[in-house]
Amino acid sequence: MPINILMPALSPTMEKGNLAKWLKKEGDKVKSGDVIAEIETDKATMEVEAVDEGTIAKILVPEGTQDVPVNDVIAVLAGDGEDVKAAASGAGAAPPKAAEAPAAKPAAAAPPPAPAPAPAQAPAPKAAAPAAAPAPAPQAAASAQRGNGHARIFSSPLARRLAKDAGIELGRINGTGPHGRIIARDVEEAKSGKGLKAPPAAPSTTPSIAPSMSDQQILALFEPGSYEIVPHDGMRRTIAQRLTASIQQIPHFYLTIDCDIGKLLAAREEINAAAPKDADKKPLYKLSVNDFVIKAMAVALQKIPNCNVSWTEGGMVKHKHSDIGVAVAMPGGLITPIIRKAETKTLSAISGEMKDFAARARARKLKPEEYQGGTTAVSNLGMYGINHFTAVINPPHATILAVGTSEERPVVRGGKIEIASIMSVTLSCDHRAIDGALGAELIGAFKQLIENPVMMMV
Amino acid sequence: MADTSFDVIIIGAGPGGYVTAIRAAQLGFKTAVVEKAYLGGICNNWGCIPTKALLRSAEVYHLMQHAKDYGLSAENIAFDPKAVVQRSRNVVKRLNDGVGFLFRKNKVTTIWGEATIDAPGKLTVKKSSVEAPKGALGEGTYQAKHIIIATGARPRVLPGLEPDKKLVWTYFEAMVPDKMPKSLLVIGSGAIGIEFASFYRTLGAEVTVVEVLPQILPVEDAEIAKFAHKAFEKQGIKILANTKVTKLDKKSDSVVATIDDGKGKPQTIEFDRVISAVGVVGNVEGIGLEKLGVKAERGIIAIDGYCRTNVPGIYAIGDVAGPPMLAHKAEHEGIICVEAIKGLHPHPMDRNMIPGCTYCYPQVASVGMTEAKAKEAGRDIRVGRFPFVGNGKAIALGEDQGMVKVIFDKKTGQLLGAHMVGAEVTELIQGYVIAMNLETTEEELMHTIFPHPTLSEMMKEAVLDAYGRVLNM
Repeated sequence: MPINILMPALSPTMEKGNLAKWLKKEGDKVKSGDVIAEIETDKATMEVEAVDEGTIAKILVPEGTQDVPVNDVIAVLAGDGEDVKAAASGAGAAPPKAAEAPAAKPAAAAPPPAPAPAPAQAPAPKAAAPAAAPAPAPQAAASAQRGNGHARIFSSPLARRLAKDAGIELGRINGTGPHGRIIARDVEEAKSGKGLKAPPAAPSTTPSIAPSMSDQQILALFEPGSYEIVPHDGMRRTIAQRLTASIQQIPHFYLTIDCDIGKLLAAREEINAAAPKDADKKPLYKLSVNDFVIKAMAVALQKIPNCNVSWTEGGMVKHKHSDIGVAVAMPGGLITPIIRKAETKTLSAISGEMKDFAARARARKLKPEEYQGGTTAVSNLGMYGINHFTAVINPPHATILAVGTSEERPVVRGGKIEIASIMSVTLSCDHRAIDGALGAELIGAFKQLIENPVMMMV
Repeated sequence: MADTSFDVIIIGAGPGGYVTAIRAAQLGFKTAVVEKAYLGGICNNWGCIPTKALLRSAEVYHLMQHAKDYGLSAENIAFDPKAVVQRSRNVVKRLNDGVGFLFRKNKVTTIWGEATIDAPGKLTVKKSSVEAPKGALGEGTYQAKHIIIATGARPRVLPGLEPDKKLVWTYFEAMVPDKMPKSLLVIGSGAIGIEFASFYRTLGAEVTVVEVLPQILPVEDAEIAKFAHKAFEKQGIKILANTKVTKLDKKSDSVVATIDDGKGKPQTIEFDRVISAVGVVGNVEGIGLEKLGVKAERGIIAIDGYCRTNVPGIYAIGDVAGPPMLAHKAEHEGIICVEAIKGLHPHPMDRNMIPGCTYCYPQVASVGMTEAKAKEAGRDIRVGRFPFVGNGKAIALGEDQGMVKVIFDKKTGQLLGAHMVGAEVTELIQGYVIAMNLETTEEELMHTIFPHPTLSEMMKEAVLDAYGRVLNM
């Protein structure tokens, strides 16, 4: 029985490639492991190795052919003792067969029947299955199955309970256990938004997120020994996972506004100068600009309560208090301790709490309840001279305020150029929860407060 | 000229290494194992297996002594230490041959000698002092795309307590005693120390166990350890917790130990022999790690969830890759390692699901979090317990001392840990390990039918107890 040599997939996502070069010609004997051809994609050239022994009976795709679909028959191999000519002529019959193969291809789950190019490290065909499975083909079949209620979703008892508690439909969770069984960790991933399938109601319309490069693909771009790999710690992983989920799933939009903080700076100076001193003659508090920002954001959220929300599938969570997360940089990461009920706290109380949080955050001593939750966050890069940036929303927040440096800038007032202390702030909003005009109201309220700090006391 | 180029070469044919080799071969890799002394490693030759053989002899001896309790009579009960040791060595020999057979069956090449990695993909094997088995390749340079370090561990040596192998033993000597000591000091109350204490006590030695920590069997649940502690003391084992051995003075055929409990004046006690069982350290030396820049700290090679070191193409599994230093952990790491190399996408090992067994009398077995750990992790928990005295089979066996303890997450019903002490618990624990792996909650465990009469019924009763539904108490 002649063996069809198929166009291999060099990566789980590859759909077609160019046949760059044949290294064997018709009539050549090959054995397992021999390189027979070179395949090229937009990114790489790879060698195709023979998996079986025999004689190349017929080359069906000449070298230099572009865009050869994966799994197309590219050559026919006559096995030991087989008639090469018969095999070659049989090749005429092969294309119809090949035509059947692509029919099955969109499902992509079918492993390529013959050669897998690099035996050891190449991502096994299996890898393609989970990624491709939710894609186009089986849609009709799937809905039919759902219709008669026979499609059993394999899941662990603990996963079912966790999913139920979290209010996530099992059908939306990607199973990574044996045979695609949903296990507890998959539910945890789904909770953070990762590994959650699109709701079944609206299939096909949402394009799946393009997979990023695999570790192997990335490392292949650098010379071995030219780098060092530092294992991720838990914080790095959490940041990566949460922020990727956030930027992929939350439709962000950004509103930037300039705030004149002249009055604020004056008030701050006055308040700090008047601070009572303790026994060591140290002032009891020293307010920072950021303490004012926290307070202003907290009061602004109270004024525009429709912005003090969290999006959930079940409904809009409207928060009563302004719990302000404040990003604190620390070696190897960052963390956002939360000033709870900040609208009720005095500036000196906020200032004291922040000093304590920042110190303990850097020592990695914060308790989970001190950095989990919150209704918005503030990220201030002013001390680095950054005058404008945008921040990624940290769910369950619906907003985050990116605060730039305060600097003297020329401003035009009543036709005259004046110098003012300006601080630019940018509000990122979750468009699922907050529309443009509403977000503008919030940042407007913030501007009013930060420009007129006495208003915070009302 | 033999072929010297492989897909995978594993350094060390211990339980981790040999299982990894077989799995690699199953996956279609051209595989070789380098070993310098024993196929099957410490586990097979100087650890898990021979100690189980010794403990079995002790158990039968113990039963013979208590024959009357079962309505039987046995007279002139005695043992021959040489024969007991010989039986243990015979068991080793059988398994040793077994590993060789498995290699041949799976077409795994054995390379005999001491390996040094010269560079990723390349290693040199030098002659070892132990004679090579038939059919093994020898000295030379070898190539492999993937090199897996599975060199295991050796007894930890504490300054002042250095074993001399004659009076102060490690597990190597303790396993093949030249004579039965009348009095024995065991330093360290982990699995190794406690198993030897149990063995020698059963055979009549006066045994003293010294543990530096407040709890014997320090990794076990406090309640279980306390139960075992009492049982050992009842058998006449003297246990000194929170205590240090600071000095060992070797006489001609005895050792004077200075023992300090930190309270009064240190006391000196004379023992026939001493076993130093203060843990093991990874064998990281002499493999060429420093030159390659493979990260290792305090005898442990740093790996990721797929056993990859910081140097591509070099992997580490088992004891040398860190605790818990258990054969089954090494095996599992090896399988994850080669399956990841193959691209099969295994999940990294969940360290919380590694069971641990100690074959003392009574036996101790556990998996997952202890009660203290669960609380420390901030879990809201439910704890269930069931004693052996409430189990028909245990009473029929004449083994009514022991308990089963389970810990559940109150909110999700996740089984967080299970801890047991008593007869045959090392065979029972796997039921809970499967339950944890399949992520069953208390509900499925309650719905599972346990055969009657078995000791395993206690496992269900403990679950029921955690939810206030215990039946036979």
